[in-house]
Amino acid sequence: MNDRQLITDTQNTWCPGCGNFTIQHSLKAVLQDLEKAGTSLDDVVLVTGIGCHAKMADYLDINSFYSIHGRTLPVATAIKLANPALTVIVCAGDGDAYAEGLDHLIFAAKRNVDITLFIHNNRVYGLTTGQYTPTSPIGFKGRSTPQGTPEYPINPLELMFASGATFIARGYSRRQPLLKKTMAEAIRHKGFSFVDILQICATYFDVHDVYDKYVYELAGHDTHDPAKVMQKITEWDYNNPAPIGLGTFFEKDLPTFESRFPVQPAVPGDRKEMIRKILDSSR
Amino acid sequence: MAEYSILIGGRAGEGLNKAGIMLARIMNGLGYRVFMYYDYPSLIRGGHNFSIIRAAPHRIFSHRTGVDFLLAMNRDTLDLHAHRKGPGTVVVFNSDAVKAEGIGLPLAQIAKEEGAPDIARNTGIVAGFCAAAGVPFGVLEATLRKEIPRGLESNLGVAKRAFSEVTPVPASRIEPPPPPVGGILPFMTGNEAAGLGLLAGGLQAYVAYPMTPTSNLLHFMAGLPAESHLTVVHPENEIAVMLMALGFAYTGKRVAVGTSGGGFCLMTEGFSLAGMAELPVVVMLGQRPGPSTGLPTYSCQTELHFAANAGQGEFTRFVVAPGDLEQAWYWAQAALSLSWRYQVPSIFLYDKNLAEHGYNLDTGLVPPLPGFPAGTWDGSLPYHRYAITGSGVSPLAFPSAKGAVVKVNGYAHDESGTTTEEPGTVNRIQEKLLRKGEGLASDLDGMPVVAAGGVKVSGDVLLTWGSTAGPCREVGDSLGLRVVQPVVLCPFPEKRLKDALAGARRVVVVEQNATGQLEKLLAGYSILPDARIRKYDGRPFALDELEAQVREVL
Repeated sequence: MNDRQLITDTQNTWCPGCGNFTIQHSLKAVLQDLEKAGTSLDDVVLVTGIGCHAKMADYLDINSFYSIHGRTLPVATAIKLANPALTVIVCAGDGDAYAEGLDHLIFAAKRNVDITLFIHNNRVYGLTTGQYTPTSPIGFKGRSTPQGTPEYPINPLELMFASGATFIARGYSRRQPLLKKTMAEAIRHKGFSFVDILQICATYFDVHDVYDKYVYELAGHDTHDPAKVMQKITEWDYNNPAPIGLGTFFEKDLPTFESRFPVQPAVPGDRKEMIRKILDSSR
Repeated sequence: MAEYSILIGGRAGEGLNKAGIMLARIMNGLGYRVFMYYDYPSLIRGGHNFSIIRAAPHRIFSHRTGVDFLLAMNRDTLDLHAHRKGPGTVVVFNSDAVKAEGIGLPLAQIAKEEGAPDIARNTGIVAGFCAAAGVPFGVLEATLRKEIPRGLESNLGVAKRAFSEVTPVPASRIEPPPPPVGGILPFMTGNEAAGLGLLAGGLQAYVAYPMTPTSNLLHFMAGLPAESHLTVVHPENEIAVMLMALGFAYTGKRVAVGTSGGGFCLMTEGFSLAGMAELPVVVMLGQRPGPSTGLPTYSCQTELHFAANAGQGEFTRFVVAPGDLEQAWYWAQAALSLSWRYQVPSIFLYDKNLAEHGYNLDTGLVPPLPGFPAGTWDGSLPYHRYAITGSGVSPLAFPSAKGAVVKVNGYAHDESGTTTEEPGTVNRIQEKLLRKGEGLASDLDGMPVVAAGGVKVSGDVLLTWGSTAGPCREVGDSLGLRVVQPVVLCPFPEKRLKDALAGARRVVVVEQNATGQLEKLLAGYSILPDARIRKYDGRPFALDELEAQVREVL
């Protein structure tokens, strides 16, 4: 980077071995590529929720909206609607997007707003010190469920497919080149892009040995065939051991949410005249 | 007869609000000042709906219990409103639905014969009223042409038939008043006046989830013509509403949201974020009785303390409670401007009575609004979103500004917007949030933050707030009392209110709640009233009802 370092000098407080480092450096590399390709970083906005992932807002030297738990997507949606020229990237946690803010996730997908969502899915609450999340496997022994969680996990990819997301992908923090490629594709996609990034939590849920054993890169997969997409998406249920596909599962071209809102600055004269007409018609 | 009251009633779903508006427009067109009380239950079909339209030659804000004309679409209307009838009350009724004394019109039959839909029965009964009251057919026709976009011809057919079947009642003839100076005034709801105020103030986005009594503001905004250039969004819930609003504010778009108490409960999380992140947003908070779902379609003044204290933590906010359309128009604009000048959230606190009832709007009575430029960034780098300044207000830049990294944050943060827990910085940022309140209070000092009405020299004072100020003013005029209304509630205009109360002998606090919310607030400033009138049945004060209660306590 020439005039912008991209990484701030804020002290980093992620645990050693945290999957967030890989995600951060992948995102940094993707942003650098974007800039090389002509996108000004002044036109990029990062929205984060609350959780370990969200420190990304402090650690990346770009425009950012450090939001509250679960509430990244309404913020990001409005930013895109207000200024469609911006590239809007959202980093959210699994607790953030799949628990506290699940309603917003479904609606962001349903609207097909042109933003990119990266889920830092470590399948555990880290910042609140180790409770189960919607993607923890059944029986997960967290501090709120010492006997093991009695709930099955959700499959977020399946949920996003049902909700109308037009780009669905999965990454893994220990497969960095593929992760970076997937993140770049997600940002390039016009519409709502969803990437579930499997990220190990070095302190509370380090399952890298399982992931390392089961992950594979999707190859020769038809991302436009719904039946095949569904087959691949349901291959692993986030619970039982099964092959875990990485890469892009689904892509579809649809008009975006913001394209249906004509964005024009209000012309003061027009506004005044409209108000006058309304007053007159009320007499 | 100096003034007239007309009640029209029937079943929900029969278009009675529209019929009420037609009656109000007819009276307005004749040159009267008009008030319309619209009472409806929370359902789509069935139940009893009614409107009372009061018309007088002077400025009015309330209805009376008694009526001069009772227009009954069904039996319920006659039974439920029998107490409103006097010896001279003219009853016009739908003789296809009910047998009664008075002027019967076979409305279903007329509608059928004219090939008009059932809903046109309303037009028929309004025409019957016009004939009985001696209102010229031309006045009715002009109103119908304006108010009925579809099926106008068949409605005119119904109107002509009904009009011709009724003989004028000479004793109840409505004479037009002398032509009003300055012409006929607009007649509209508080939602519409407030919406126009926001638009005049430069609103660029409106975000809301439907909830009575502010749904009609959402509908009004969504139905504006393209030249409004307004982005209107109806998202998944009120949590999203507030967070979307903050996204708009972050990019520099002037934004408002609308809801009622229940929806505002969901918004408080984001409201507190607006306080911490210093993002301007105006909340149009229309009160309706709770707790919980309560009485969804009725009115109250129960959210004063909720509005003044909503959201965790301590931050500057602006809360204003307008009481009439002129105040609504003025303060909607002011709330938007002040929110942006101080980068704080504002609450425009009103209620169903003001939001959904009809009043005249006289923009000639609205004082000019001072200009409140929002401080913008001069381009010097590095940009610090939360730069510490003497006023507490930091220069504003928005994403895509060249070279500026714009970071907003709900955590305690340093000047750049980066999270910090360092005690010195935490103190500075907290003090900054509160220091903005000083400038806000000083700007407000030049504005009509306390309104006075009635007989201003009287030692007997009705002290009230919000829409209740309307009936209080009328009672003040008739009984010779001073009426004082704090319009701004946060920051509380203590000195201005005490000035307005100077020389008061007896102070009566009038409000629409059970616990005396204004009274509690006043106690904190050692303003202690001598008596109180509280109403919490959800209905607006009838003028005679309030007058009788005031006589009792004074």
